[in-house]
Amino acid sequence: MPILSLQNVSKSFGALKVTDDVSFDVPQGQALGIIGPNGAGKSTLFNLITGNIAADRGTVIFDGQDVTRVSPMQRCLAGVGRSFQIPQPFSNLTVFENLVVAAAHGQARREKDVADMCATILERTELIDRANDPAGGLSLLQRKRLELARAMATRPKLLLLDEIAGGLTEGECQALIRTIRAIHAEGTTIIWIEHVLHALNSVVERLLVLDFGRVIGLGEPAAIMASREVREIYLGIDI
Amino acid sequence: MIWVDTIVQGILLGGLYALFAAGLSLVFGIMRLVNLAHGDLIVMAAYVILVVVSFLGINPFLAAAIAMPLMFGFGWLLQRIVLNRVLGEDILPPLLVTFGLSIVLQNALLEGFTADSQRIGAGALETASFAVGPVTLGVMPVLTFLSAIAVIVGLNQLFYRTALGRAFRATSDDPVTASLMGIKPASVFATATGIAMIVVTIAALYLGMRANFDPTIGPARLIYAFEAVIIGGLGSLWGTLAGGIIIGVAQTVGAAINPEWQILAGHVAFLVVLLIKPRGLFPRAYD
Repeated sequence: MPILSLQNVSKSFGALKVTDDVSFDVPQGQALGIIGPNGAGKSTLFNLITGNIAADRGTVIFDGQDVTRVSPMQRCLAGVGRSFQIPQPFSNLTVFENLVVAAAHGQARREKDVADMCATILERTELIDRANDPAGGLSLLQRKRLELARAMATRPKLLLLDEIAGGLTEGECQALIRTIRAIHAEGTTIIWIEHVLHALNSVVERLLVLDFGRVIGLGEPAAIMASREVREIYLGIDI
Repeated sequence: MIWVDTIVQGILLGGLYALFAAGLSLVFGIMRLVNLAHGDLIVMAAYVILVVVSFLGINPFLAAAIAMPLMFGFGWLLQRIVLNRVLGEDILPPLLVTFGLSIVLQNALLEGFTADSQRIGAGALETASFAVGPVTLGVMPVLTFLSAIAVIVGLNQLFYRTALGRAFRATSDDPVTASLMGIKPASVFATATGIAMIVVTIAALYLGMRANFDPTIGPARLIYAFEAVIIGGLGSLWGTLAGGIIIGVAQTVGAAINPEWQILAGHVAFLVVLLIKPRGLFPRAYD
């Protein structure tokens, strides 16, 4: 059974169809990459999965439950974790508190029961040295790491990463990829929107291409990258 | 020596203003809601205490303990049913609604209790005093000041030591992201307003025991509360106490020079702080 299944999901803002009859499944444990030009509807797709935007039509099934009309909070408790394209830490909370809030409320557990887990996540995401600093003072890489760490703290069954590698240097990017690979290796299902293709392709097993809100390709990364349609539309190569 | 006495009385008066302001600061800090009815809510709480005192014939402090859960419930429902609906990007709707609420409360209190001024009797406590060196301190102002400190310590403990407090601060930073972490902003806001109403009840207790009140005095309390919050810096409760003390000292010093200058001196002190430190004395690190 797939952990996530979108069936004929559509969403319009006024006359603009940002998500147009999108259907796909993500099997348990898989890492799926999503690519597409700017404005293709990638972030909207994430918002439909997290529940921040309600679908006009279609069905979103997560972990066997129809969650199409379920609130973001309930979906978080059910196991949908997300990192934002533009890091949105709780600036006035310390790095550790950011995780504790996510872990305690995201799993409906007590703070003292999640503290150890939060410390472990901070170690794995290499933020442990900054644990007691206000999150507003972090560098870009550290903010991206915090996005990842905070999403991890809700112990998601499905982790949504929104352009987490964007804006990083090559070395920083490689370090982040190692962390994401390790998370994936433990069995967390990942959906990753990314423009940095080499980063994406070094992790994901399947690639989905969006253009004008439609799915125009879904399959093995190598095959997708080689397909004529993708090269024309996404990479802008005239053939 | 008169100046030492004046300044000490001013500091103690600042405790009362800090109590007026703490609830306002709490609500503004968490949900960026400027509650223009805050002063009227204090007056309403004073009437609730008065009613409990006169019906049950009990000590005002006990009466306040009974009023607290009632006011918590009132605040919770007010936030849940009314204020949550107007919170959003636009800051105007909450201003209009709380302004309207202010008028409704004043008129409802006028209907219910007439315009006669009232006082919560505290017996011998009202006039009790003790001497510390050359300065004579009223027991009531000292109790007020200690209560203000207790309220601020309590709220800080709540904010920085509990899961609820971290949920408050996370929601204050970013309600949308907080909702993705499993926090429900609507109910966090309702609880925050409920807690603010408990602080309002404590403020009302001292307001009612120290001075006469009638249904129309709310807005003037609101202004002192506002000034204390702004002087202290938004979001800092100790700053709010400092703000209250600055206004209190300015008022007693002003009054010592010329009794007509009491109110003016407080407002002037506020303007001076605003000129020198527009973000207040202890602003938040990140906004």
